Amino acid sequence: MVEKFDAIVIGAGPSGNAATYTLAKQGLKVLQLERGEYPGAKNVQGGIMYAHELEKIIPDFRDDCPTERHIIEQRVWLLGDDNYVGTNYRSEAFNTDRPNRYTIIRANIDKWWGEQIRKVGGLQICETTVTELIRDPSGKVTGVRTDREGGEIHADVVIMADGVNALLAKRAGLQAEAAPENVALAVKEILFIDPELIQQRFGIKEDEGVVIEIMGKVTKGMVGTAFLYTNKESLTIGIGCLISDFKNGDCPPYRMLEDLKNHPVIKPLIEGAEMKEYAAHMIPEGGYKAVPQLYGDGWMVVGDAAHFNNAAHREGSNLAMASGRMAAETVIELKAAGKGYSASNLAAYKKKLDDSFVMKDLKKYRELPGIMHGNKQFFGAYPDEITAAAHNWFTVDSVDKKTKEKAIMKAFVKRRSVMGLVGDAIKLVRAVR
Amino acid sequence: MSIMVKVEEKLYQNRYIVDESRPHIQIKSAEACQTCEKQACTFCCPAACYSRNETGGVTLVTDGCLECGTCRVVCQDKGNIAWDYPRGGYGISYKFG
Ligand SMILES: Cc1cc2nc3c(=O)[nH]c(=O)nc-3n(C[C@H](O)[C@H](O)[C@H](O)COP(=O)(O)OP(=O)(O)OC[C@H]3O[C@@H](n4cnc5c(N)ncnc54)[C@H](O)[C@@H]3O)c2cc1C
Ligand code: SF4
Ligand code: SF4
Repeated sequence: MVEKFDAIVIGAGPSGNAATYTLAKQGLKVLQLERGEYPGAKNVQGGIMYAHELEKIIPDFRDDCPTERHIIEQRVWLLGDDNYVGTNYRSEAFNTDRPNRYTIIRANIDKWWGEQIRKVGGLQICETTVTELIRDPSGKVTGVRTDREGGEIHADVVIMADGVNALLAKRAGLQAEAAPENVALAVKEILFIDPELIQQRFGIKEDEGVVIEIMGKVTKGMVGTAFLYTNKESLTIGIGCLISDFKNGDCPPYRMLEDLKNHPVIKPLIEGAEMKEYAAHMIPEGGYKAVPQLYGDGWMVVGDAAHFNNAAHREGSNLAMASGRMAAETVIELKAAGKGYSASNLAAYKKKLDDSFVMKDLKKYRELPGIMHGNKQFFGAYPDEITAAAHNWFTVDSVDKKTKEKAIMKAFVKRRSVMGLVGDAIKLVRAVR
Repeated sequence: MSIMVKVEEKLYQNRYIVDESRPHIQIKSAEACQTCEKQACTFCCPAACYSRNETGGVTLVTDGCLECGTCRVVCQDKGNIAWDYPRGGYGISYKFG
């Protein structure tokens, strides 16, 4: 391979796919390299896919994109030891021609992207691991080395879309190793089950989906969340916590997942389902403050590799697609203007990000990771108190309501001082405001 | 409430394309593991690839590795893990992900 490309994209996840597709569609000569046996072979998502960002790139994706169910109901549950308190939001308005959120099976989506890329003339090559960036004496990135024989390939610009491990940027000294408190480890299983049972248990029709976001005792006081999503013929269940907490605890992730599956509130929902795959993946959760250098001479970094993930809203793939698209648009604009891909020219990519929801949302929640990390009561004491309060409130006995209110408040304050409670409320409001 | 769980049974469901005798992750110094206080890799790895051995150190078997990167992040203060991806096409191959 002595060919030269306009651009090389490393990785076939949503960020790399958005970048490759956008470049190929504009007629640029683009090569996408993926280490998996096929696109998706290495990838893990819950997964909820948000339509908006995909629509911007492929407006009629609904014609053939293999989504599972469109989401008509979202539940947020706080689990105690054998109970839960929760909120549900369900609306007929989500039953439209153009739903906004779908559950997906990630490997199916990545394969579909591969077909879309081929249709617009992009070249996607799998089973190829990029081992390092090639740089000229000035430090400018001019191509990549792969683990294939004679595997040096050159391009005018290289887009790193290689996901949360971001080994290439780290090896080249362009990014530091992620701190354990800035990355979560999530484990998940896919459980196959009769679709009729899914529909009965979750109160939905064919094609309609329910997602449950879970917090509480199941993370054993660690900063983390869990989820249970409905696919067409399967359920996905998973749980993830900050790696710093796994490191300080002694509960292996698979045990945490097993305990979640056996929780008395969860168990009846997944009863009888057959486990067909167990997966693990990291999620970048350090937020705004953990975002690394995003561009330099001849290179840009997009998606999880750039730490673009909004943990508060469980959004990752949409930030990945948006950043991939913006990196591609930067390349297209510079090429059209006859300009090169120097760091100062590629600063336009950062500007696009700053002006978009990607950076604006990350900035808005910039204090949240620190607050969650430094305030374990959100994951330890509160679930107990809140479920106990609900239990007290909904137990019909001869205690008057005012006395109940007082007892509930007293229980909270016993665990944590009034100032502590007020402080927590303020911290949370500030972090999400 | 913790129940005993065999991670091998979970991993058994997965598809791997094994690159015989080319482990992609290696422990740099066996001695460093013997003096490592928490040996956090042994309970953080989601595939239980690391286990305590009779010498007081840690043995790594990468067969069930899910290529998540957690061990590298966990051991970064000791820097005792040489972490790489498997060769293109090898390793875990998720059917669903
Ligand atoms: C359990 C879990 C649940 C999630 N749930 C959701 C959700 O519900 N909704 C949501 O929007 N997001 C969710 N996310 C986040 C989302 O999956 C990620 O944000 C998204 O996949 C990031 O896309 P990416 O393209 O940047 O990286 P990835 O999807 O990780 O893709 C990177 C690609 O690069 C390849 N690669 C890496 N290194 C090399 C190399 N050296 N050479 C060649 N190829 C390489 C990899 O094989 C991979 O295909 C979830 C994540 C996890 C782990
Ligand atoms: S954390 Fe690192 S140094 Fe410690 S036992 Fe594991 S591999 Fe060895
Ligand atoms: S990469 Fe993940 S699965 Fe593989 S050995 Fe390290 S922690 Fe375990």
